[in-house]
Amino acid sequence: MAAVMAPPASWLSSSRPVRAFRCWLTVYRRIWRSSIWSSVFGPLFYLGALGFGLGSLVNRHGTASLGGVSYLAFVAPAILASSAMNSAMGEASYPVFGSVKWNKIYIAAQATPLRPGDIYRGHLMFMTMRIAMNTALVTVYMWAFGAARSAWTVLAWPAATLTGLAFAAPIAAWAVVVKTESTFAYLFRFVMMPLMLFSGTFFPVSQLPGWLRPVAYATPLWHGTDLCRMLSLGDVDLPRALIHVAYLAALSAVGIWAGARTYRRRLYV
Amino acid sequence: MSHPPGTVNRVPNGEVLVRARGLTKRFEDFTAVDGIDFDLYRGEAFGFLGPNGAGKSSTMRMIGCVSPPTSGELSILGLDPVRDGSAIRARLGVVPQEDTLDVELTVVENLLVYGRYFGLPRKLIRERAAALLDFVQLADRAGDKVDPLSGGLKRRLTIARSLINEPEILILDEPTTGLDPQARHVVWDRLFRLKQRGVTLILTTHYMDEAEQLCDRLVVMDHGRFAAEGSPRDLIARYCSPEVLELRFDPEVHDQAGDKLKDFNAERVEVLADRILLYVTDGDAALAGVHEAGLEPLTSLVRRGTLEDVFLRLTGRRLED
Repeated sequence: MAAVMAPPASWLSSSRPVRAFRCWLTVYRRIWRSSIWSSVFGPLFYLGALGFGLGSLVNRHGTASLGGVSYLAFVAPAILASSAMNSAMGEASYPVFGSVKWNKIYIAAQATPLRPGDIYRGHLMFMTMRIAMNTALVTVYMWAFGAARSAWTVLAWPAATLTGLAFAAPIAAWAVVVKTESTFAYLFRFVMMPLMLFSGTFFPVSQLPGWLRPVAYATPLWHGTDLCRMLSLGDVDLPRALIHVAYLAALSAVGIWAGARTYRRRLYV
Repeated sequence: MSHPPGTVNRVPNGEVLVRARGLTKRFEDFTAVDGIDFDLYRGEAFGFLGPNGAGKSSTMRMIGCVSPPTSGELSILGLDPVRDGSAIRARLGVVPQEDTLDVELTVVENLLVYGRYFGLPRKLIRERAAALLDFVQLADRAGDKVDPLSGGLKRRLTIARSLINEPEILILDEPTTGLDPQARHVVWDRLFRLKQRGVTLILTTHYMDEAEQLCDRLVVMDHGRFAAEGSPRDLIARYCSPEVLELRFDPEVHDQAGDKLKDFNAERVEVLADRILLYVTDGDAALAGVHEAGLEPLTSLVRRGTLEDVFLRLTGRRLED
């Protein structure tokens, strides 16, 4: 049989990671219904319960420590950043593990011209797309509820998506070499929960005990939250914002660097 | 492999597609493949036989460029699998041991997605997918979900999928394990047709009938090495006898009969727990000889020597893993 490959239609379709990404799109077209409820209603419940429910209590006692804005305006950008983290963790954990062990999407793909790094980057593109879809929705909610105090909120969407990528890239790099699925319970219990609680999501980091504050400042979620909050409140401190972006971009880059290696280690046994 | 070309039943036409010298694969303290040499020629069907753990799948993975050799030489289509893995895989088809179909997708979607991995244009993939579903007789199931398909249908779909890039070499790791006899025959028939079309087949199996049906040449692997190699017929001639006489005795006298038959005039006598096998040229004559010796088996069976006899002789009757 002739092995003549037809000339690629364009750079885009010939790029190997994009081929992997398009496979995920096809799969997503089949399964999007099952994830739609948590994507649509999860952030809605958070915003409603915290912004309005808890917010009505907080606002009554004065919001000086929040910078004088309503609790809704304070908490909404943080919910945006943490929902980016949550979708990143969801997309980068079980689906990655399952692509080796359950539906074996990676195992099928590795028999083709795709290399482990292509498989990783293609999947990461899809995760980033999913994160961007979810953060877009939360950004729209923020506007709808009047939690967006500034036109800069538009930039909170890519900022939150970058926050998600900063989690997804390293977590996927790790998830591919995880031995048993129960390991992910630790991720959700001991990483996701504490990060959500102590990264300035529900209350300012300044309310934490002094010794704990540096820890909060070191976490990626705090950088994402603070960045989104500066943007949605229209109170942008440019150098600080750039540090946040640099931190999140660096974390993403480290993850992407590691992912090509861990995927190779796992798939090329 | 010091294998004189005259001994294979189909003389290779000379173009070597896969060449291995001292090929070795080690996992920490375990040596899965222990320095094997072979040449695979274009257009032949080559089989790796062996018990579980013999190193067949490790060899397949190295040829499939998803497992770097620990040491030794390996070249596939004249290329280096470590450096040019992606380019080689573009010209290979792989039917893995376990199905890796996407059960969330439909039959035809599985082919479309897979074709895209090869960077083929959508239109071409659609055309090929339709032709391939015809080829494996799944055209009427194109729109069905994969999940509820039987094992045999899934295997055929996996074979169709492996052909989407029109591979020059098709690698099949235990292609019919777990299938019922009807499904196996359909798979064999399709593989035979592919061979007729000039596709080079490399397969592993532990079914001797499969090897006899499909393989021009084969190797019997054991403990990561080749215990024997040749065409099925060669191997039977070399390691077995034309006929085998199987005798079954009353358990009371089984051991006694075994002792008596040890010196019987046969190429080889094998005393198993429940049967005694005499490897002979003429089974009926041997049976007459057994009766003359005053032995009365409960049942007797004269049959041809098979690849299975070769296999069991070379790899032993022990049970592994």
